[in-house]
Amino acid sequence: MIEFRSVRKQYDDGTVAVQELSLTVPVGTITVLVGPSGCGKTTLLRMVNRMIEPSSGAVLVDGDDVRDSEPAGLRRGIGYVIQQAGLFPHRTVRDNVATVPRLFGHSRRDARRRAEGLLERVGLPAELRKRYPVQLSGGQQQRVGVARALAADPPVLLMDEPFSAVDPVVREGLQDELLRLQGELGKTVLFVTHDIDEAVKLGENVAVLRQGGYLAQYAPPEQLLAEPADDFVTSFVGRDRGYRRLSFVASDGLVPGSVDTVRIGDTSADVPSRAEWVLVLDPHDRPRGWLPPGAPIHGQLTEDQLIAGGSLYTSGAPLRGALDAALSAPSGLGVVVDEDGVHLGVVTARQVLDILESRRHPAVAEGATQ
Amino acid sequence: MMEELLRYFASPSNREVLLEQLGQHVYLSLVPLVAGVLLALPLGRIAQRIGWLRAALLGGAGIVYTIPSLAVFVLLPSLLGTDFTSSLNVVIALTLYTTALLVRPVLDALEAVPAHVTVAATAMGYRPHRRFLAVELPLAIPALTSGVRVASVSNISLVSVGALVGTGGLGRLFMVGFERDLVQIPVGIVLTVLLALLVDLLLVLGCRLLTPWERAGRAVIAS
Repeated sequence: MIEFRSVRKQYDDGTVAVQELSLTVPVGTITVLVGPSGCGKTTLLRMVNRMIEPSSGAVLVDGDDVRDSEPAGLRRGIGYVIQQAGLFPHRTVRDNVATVPRLFGHSRRDARRRAEGLLERVGLPAELRKRYPVQLSGGQQQRVGVARALAADPPVLLMDEPFSAVDPVVREGLQDELLRLQGELGKTVLFVTHDIDEAVKLGENVAVLRQGGYLAQYAPPEQLLAEPADDFVTSFVGRDRGYRRLSFVASDGLVPGSVDTVRIGDTSADVPSRAEWVLVLDPHDRPRGWLPPGAPIHGQLTEDQLIAGGSLYTSGAPLRGALDAALSAPSGLGVVVDEDGVHLGVVTARQVLDILESRRHPAVAEGATQ
Repeated sequence: MMEELLRYFASPSNREVLLEQLGQHVYLSLVPLVAGVLLALPLGRIAQRIGWLRAALLGGAGIVYTIPSLAVFVLLPSLLGTDFTSSLNVVIALTLYTTALLVRPVLDALEAVPAHVTVAATAMGYRPHRRFLAVELPLAIPALTSGVRVASVSNISLVSVGALVGTGGLGRLFMVGFERDLVQIPVGIVLTVLLALLVDLLLVLGCRLLTPWERAGRAVIAS
């Protein structure tokens, strides 16, 4: 657990980076500090490992005031992932990860063995371990950064905009990876970002900070989107918050409907009704695309005769995915798949909206869905 | 000219003296180089860490380097109480020059280490001294080498001036050349240049060996 008790940071020139602020980060959860630049989020983060000392107030890690620990010793026991990874350019990937075990006095051999285990854990191919950081992609470097922070198995992990320098697709992969790792490791993570989407995706709790170091709201992400505390939070969480909130709405009651399907390689004789959109599957029943109503088929059906499909909705995921699948499909029918990507059925945007409506007015909906 | 050269090198005593002076030259230029690097490193580090000392150190270094070398060679014996022809005078004087020349490159090299790397090192739990030796210093090697290369050439040429006050080195060839045997002047020039090139080559090779990650980086950029 990390506790900020009435911490305040004022610099010698009078600027206040953090106003008197109290916050508790529960054990084994990811807590995100989010806000625009100059809101004091990195200052708060660095107070935890004493890279910045508060002007007043106290920071406690697992009940102990951090000021009672010698800084270097304290830092070795707290994982830290920095923006741009901050890898040591002169050390191989493996030796980067072995840094903290080496500082703890482990032999080079033990430290390297530990490092190799961690690199595997964060999903980095073994052949990369003797490379230098400059030889890796941005996403790979960030994985190494995470592995390095975890090398001494610290209970607390500080992450300062770790994924902000990589492109959106890679970032999403890294976020998923972090959530997966957190599921295995259960660290107490304090995560700093300026990206509200990242905050909402990763955080079990999100602290929104306002310029000048004020805590605007501290709440689970769903509550943040549903009940923003003030105008600042409302504007910060953005225009799409109603849509984004669907990320936290369960899909109970969403029953996929059926749609006509054909397979790649079928001929026009196999295609059933031509008045509707037809979903095209591969031999393993995975969706490949759509055939528009009335479109002629010449000989066997091939990929190039298809219209690309929209996003796929994995059954059981929050409603946001279902709505997006429906809205992005050319047919208006969101394709539902199981975890292996096998087609289960389709949903419409109307179905999703009806579910939302029925939750708002349970009595009315009883009749509507029957 | 060719004849004179042949005559010069035909004499065993000439060859012996030449080798001895070459050895002297190497000693007189490289000992101060090493000593200067060892002094400039902590000074550059101090200049980096302590704001108000920075200007003082850089200014002082600039002044030291502008003092004419011959004046220093002549003055040092009376300041230090050393013998007028002692090679110690040259070693001390060149150590001063090397140090003065290297303070700024050391400072620049240290400041060129990316901030996110030093912040990460601190956050990993490095204490300042170990961080300097294990992280900042290795990363400063390439920029540092550039400075040391300049200093080595500067030293190798300055040692010749020492011959005017009677110390050894290839500068002797110029003195003797002026007095009675002109052919020794080109021999001295060529040997000095060759020595400077050889030391420079060794520095470049040393830097390559010490910084394998730099080549890895270039290979990536080239590909």
